[in-house]
Amino acid sequence: MAHVQMGTAAILKQHRNQILTDWMKELSNGLQSDGRISNSELSDQTREFLNLLQSASSINGIGDVESESWVPIREFLDGISRSRAQQGFSSAETATFIFSLKKPLFDFLRQELGNDPQVLADEIWNATELLDHLGLHTIKTFQKAREDVIRRQQEELLELSTPVVKVWDGVLALPIIGTLDSARTQIVMESLLQKIVDTGSEIAIIDITGVPTVDTMTAQHLLKTVAAIRMMGADCIISGIRPQIAQTIVHLGVDLQGVTTKATLADALTMALKRSGFIVSRNKA
Amino acid sequence: MERIPILRMGHLLLVTIQVEMDDRIALRLQEDLTNQIEKIGARGVLIDISALEIVDSFIARMISNISAMAQLLNARTVVVGMQPAVAITLVELGLTMSGIKTALNVERGMAMLTTSEDFESGNGEQ
Repeated sequence: MAHVQMGTAAILKQHRNQILTDWMKELSNGLQSDGRISNSELSDQTREFLNLLQSASSINGIGDVESESWVPIREFLDGISRSRAQQGFSSAETATFIFSLKKPLFDFLRQELGNDPQVLADEIWNATELLDHLGLHTIKTFQKAREDVIRRQQEELLELSTPVVKVWDGVLALPIIGTLDSARTQIVMESLLQKIVDTGSEIAIIDITGVPTVDTMTAQHLLKTVAAIRMMGADCIISGIRPQIAQTIVHLGVDLQGVTTKATLADALTMALKRSGFIVSRNKA
Repeated sequence: MERIPILRMGHLLLVTIQVEMDDRIALRLQEDLTNQIEKIGARGVLIDISALEIVDSFIARMISNISAMAQLLNARTVVVGMQPAVAITLVELGLTMSGIKTALNVERGMAMLTTSEDFESGNGEQ
């Protein structure tokens, strides 16, 4: 077995440059060159990977990929898949980086050990297992990086999506864009109520023009928000109810009777101003 | 024993709850307040809960009860300064305190009490 393990490591060392060239050829066949990654960058990465692979396999032979000696190579792959995820590569393209090493490597294994089928089969099996492990590791990291990106975007969306605007002295408006789920309602409610306390506004307008659909849950959340606003001593107007949404609300049997609703934000603002005792008039010249 | 002070301003009573309410304090307040309303013939009660961070269902019911009792004694109740977190908790608990008048701060609550018709007619009677 020790002899067999030396096989791959020795071949890697001996035919390093040839393997590199062939691997690069494989890579440029597999990937469309659309400028996301340059050839020189790719060849740097392949050279670095082979160096690490060589040093890792020469210490312990090809053993457990999870073991200590494989840490540098795993970290290197982490870096690669993370940067691939950011550059917008697919998971298949990222994994191809590792898997396309198989062909050149196996070619040389066959060339060197071709006269002993038993050894050749063993060695190919070992190498396959190793490269599969590394490939899987790459995909795992790639996916994790992608999920991180998605999670960060979701958090940013949540923060972006709840701006409370002061439209007049004592009148706040909250345009909601996108679906209202429980988590969002919580944030919307908190930021609106806090703003009401901070500004001492007596009327809040919730504009749902940007809410694509209203179901019973959404209506429930809206009613809760209105109840909380009322309980604090302010009042709430819901505006931006589109015809379809009005139909849905009635069909669902949701009771919005106690809530003031208006078709447009302008109507709601007019009403809010009237309630606060403002008179808006056109200055006729 | 700790008790919540009740301040008198003309025909109004002002209650500022500054301590964490427990059940005994709440019951005590209920008793003191109704006595005071009866004693001075108060027309309005203003309860400031802006310092309260936590309101549980019992305290919420106490406040509802106080309001109802004051109503029976011909005084209107306004609860002012409810914190956002408290409002959210009460809504989640399903308590909307629908019978109670609320205002954002003491100033607005005072304005509500002094401009209300009951208060003015109450003044007129005297």
